Amino acid sequence: MPVNNSNSLLKGLAARDPRAIGKAISIVENNGQGVTEILAGLDRKCIEEVLVLGITGPPGAGKSTLTSSMISQLRSDGKRVGIIAIDPSSPISGGAILGDRVRMMEHALDTDVVVRSMATRGRLGGLCASAGATVRIMAASGCEVIIIETVGVGQSEMDIVRLADITLMVLAPGFGDDIQAMKAGLLEVADFLVVNKSDLGGAEALVMDMKQIFATKEKESDIARVLQSIASENTGIKELLDAVQRFTTYLTINNLKKQRRKKAMEGETLDWVFEMLRPTLTRKLVEQTGQEQIDPRVRAKELIQQMLPINYHR
Amino acid sequence: MSIPYRVLIGKPGLDGHDRGAKFIARALRDEGFEVIYTGIRRTAAEIAATAIQEDVDVVGLSSLSGAHLRLFPEVIKELKDRGGADIPVLGGGVIPDEDKEQLLAAGLRAIFTPGTPAATIIQSFSDACKQQ
Amino acid sequence: MNNNSKFNDWQENELAASLNRFPERKEEFKLHGDAEVQRLAMPKVIDEQYEKSLGFPGKYPFTRGVQPTMYRGRFWTMRQYAGFSSAAESNKRYRYLLEQGTTGLSVAFDLPTQIGYDSDDAMSLGEVGKVGVAIDTLADMEALFADIPLADISTSMTINSPAIVLLAMYIVVAEKQGVPAEKLRGTIQNDVLKEYVARGTYIFPPRPSLGIITDIFQWCSSNMPLFNTISISGYHIREAGSTAAQEVAFTLANGITYVQTALDAGLEIDHFAKRLAFFFNASSNLLEEVAKFRAARRLWARIMKNRFEAQHPASMMMRFHTQTAGNTLAAQQIDNNIVRVTLQALAAVLGGTQSLHTNSRDEALSLPTEASVRTALRTQQIIAHESGVAETVDPFAGSYYMEQLTDDIELAAEELIAKIDDSGGVVSCIENGFIKSQIEQAAYDYQKDIESGERVIVGVNAFQIEGEEKPELLRVNPEVEEAQVAHLQSVRAQRDQEEVNRSLSALKQAAESGDNLMNPIMDAVRAYGSLGEICTVLRSVFGEYRD
Repeated sequence: MPVNNSNSLLKGLAARDPRAIGKAISIVENNGQGVTEILAGLDRKCIEEVLVLGITGPPGAGKSTLTSSMISQLRSDGKRVGIIAIDPSSPISGGAILGDRVRMMEHALDTDVVVRSMATRGRLGGLCASAGATVRIMAASGCEVIIIETVGVGQSEMDIVRLADITLMVLAPGFGDDIQAMKAGLLEVADFLVVNKSDLGGAEALVMDMKQIFATKEKESDIARVLQSIASENTGIKELLDAVQRFTTYLTINNLKKQRRKKAMEGETLDWVFEMLRPTLTRKLVEQTGQEQIDPRVRAKELIQQMLPINYHR
Repeated sequence: MSIPYRVLIGKPGLDGHDRGAKFIARALRDEGFEVIYTGIRRTAAEIAATAIQEDVDVVGLSSLSGAHLRLFPEVIKELKDRGGADIPVLGGGVIPDEDKEQLLAAGLRAIFTPGTPAATIIQSFSDACKQQ
Repeated sequence: MNNNSKFNDWQENELAASLNRFPERKEEFKLHGDAEVQRLAMPKVIDEQYEKSLGFPGKYPFTRGVQPTMYRGRFWTMRQYAGFSSAAESNKRYRYLLEQGTTGLSVAFDLPTQIGYDSDDAMSLGEVGKVGVAIDTLADMEALFADIPLADISTSMTINSPAIVLLAMYIVVAEKQGVPAEKLRGTIQNDVLKEYVARGTYIFPPRPSLGIITDIFQWCSSNMPLFNTISISGYHIREAGSTAAQEVAFTLANGITYVQTALDAGLEIDHFAKRLAFFFNASSNLLEEVAKFRAARRLWARIMKNRFEAQHPASMMMRFHTQTAGNTLAAQQIDNNIVRVTLQALAAVLGGTQSLHTNSRDEALSLPTEASVRTALRTQQIIAHESGVAETVDPFAGSYYMEQLTDDIELAAEELIAKIDDSGGVVSCIENGFIKSQIEQAAYDYQKDIESGERVIVGVNAFQIEGEEKPELLRVNPEVEEAQVAHLQSVRAQRDQEEVNRSLSALKQAAESGDNLMNPIMDAVRAYGSLGEICTVLRSVFGEYRD
């Protein structure tokens, strides 16, 4: 039985031991003993240097297959890769089927492909609460590129844009309704648009349509942002990763990667602040009696003022 | 809410009949488990490596082709080779009684045969997870 | 034309022609006593509606069966699927079955063979000879059919992704027996599409797989006119948990895809369509199953006529094999399975099957023993000779419930097929997971009903007994794997390696340039190139499918 103390886990991470990586992620995910020590002890330089790619898009567009062929390409470029594949938890039972793993099994015996399947556990927005920490653990274990595959329910998955350095939206011909819904959402903030299954009818029209939407972005960085792939045949993957690489350079040179990271860290910190306050606030709320007549917003303000000596303006 | 158990459901060998494995995966999901399904036609090594990487509490195996005597113990061995000797392994399939004894002796935690109620199977998963 | 004249017309044409070619089994069919069994019961009034939806047996839309006299002429083929361990063992079982009165062979291959791996491949570990016979090279195929005259029997082979290789081996074995290909009768399953959604023995991606199937259609249409080149199978879709209507829909949608692919490759519809065969499941709901078979037959006839504009009636005629539902067999109180199988077999016969496999009582526990297989065969023989259902044609026709159910299943299947068409066809629906998820949902709901007791399975979730006696089971000799590997290696040592290399590289060239693969594969087989070696070449050109 391996000892699960944080020091030995941190050593295991640095040594790229699969069991240690898996255990460390579980501890973080379950808020287990040693979570603070583990996260505080991670190698910051690795974290700074890692490239985090987010992949989102409607179910059936081929996210998992695209991810798998990106892994193959990155591996042939000699990169150690981490993958976080997120699936929804059942709101009723709390359970989940983490099915993305099936499409990545061809990499199962490659120890430089670190996969973690995760359930949303009640969180909305397309990620799970521990996605950020998992990225950092994988980075500390030597992963150079980390791919996060979101749940893929559509336009509400804004969290990935914040967490990832670069966000790729995957579409395929025949997703007309989904695309309409995403025009005023994720589509605006994604860095790349990948038209997968580009051998199917309707691909050309979709590319044209997307090129218009991405025209401004293409101009500003002078990098093609709408790309085509047939992930099941590994077609277009090298070109896609080349474009991502050029864009990474563009972000780094213009100090944009740092800015994006800063925003991501601040955002995640705030999330955790709220998350950590939640139990206390919930308890206080339950303890209050006779306040059902007060408007919830007014009541919230009073609750915070009781706890924190802040001047709450509105 | 309590922390969900994580389990892996795998089909070692070449048998493509996954109706039972998928039913159990969904039934476990409905009981609050997080289930990693690795699909059909996997080697014992692939299943073991995945179980370690995903840090699952329990591995459940299914085989209907009669290859269980070779393949189930092989998964246990591969787990051990990767430092996962502590991960309990359960198995199910068309398994004659005398094979059942052999498999239990080889380290399988429990064996399920056709007609075992889902509730019994889920309970076994739950018990095995609890011990982790 | 008035009513009688329609019926007379059929009697004078279809029936007379059929009786002329195949006289009925008996001069007269009688009940106990003197009363005669009516060959074909008809409604008093033959209106347009009747003609459109039922018609006459042996005539479009074939709802009432594909032959005018059905089993009064000849019983269905009693074909027991068998094969395990080594070729020599299986050969013994086949000869036993032929002695016992089985009328067609049905070869079960082990999983490595079905997925194109040699017995010594790392992927084959533990699986060699388990669910069927292991075939690595022509030498195994020679042993499998030793002393079985291939000119006189029909052989069905459950083989899909590498069907072209096993077919080539069969042809070469026949060649060595002095039997030319044009005399061979039988069926290869060769239905790859259902493997992606239900059975799992795929090798190559769907598109190149369809190419290989078309090569087989093409080669056989000019060289092997009596052989069924495909058995489009709903059996496994149903085993995976689909409903009856889904079984019909997904099977026929696959059929449509094969036909379209062959047409796209330039084949003529009436050249190959009559060699298409089907394979269905007979599950436990007797009336629903009978309706399903009737609905499937009518729907296929309509599809062939209206969608593909086939001209020849034989192209519209759905002929099918049936197997009783393996998933309904219980591991508890296994003798009950004999009763289940009887009801299922009865459904298949009432539904007009052309051949039938009845499962054995012990198959929820292991491969069947010889005694169990005999009982399963006897079940068919009792239905054939004693039950009387084989003496009249389509006896359920005209039952309000049966006709309603037939219509309902046909409509539900048609709607599902339309949905698949709208989403870009079967291959797209395999890739986007639609078909699989439909089957999975149905399977889940069904099992949930069993778990809750809503659906009673006798001896399993009701009427259980304690302390059952354990039946005697068949065990596959665990040394089979080693013996088979040793045998393969000795064949490799004895063959002309240069000839093998030459034929394999010729095969590679043919695959790369899109030529018909049948002849190059026959060359490789003759040189004792192994199944695994041949499939490795094809994998290198076509790639591998992963779920």
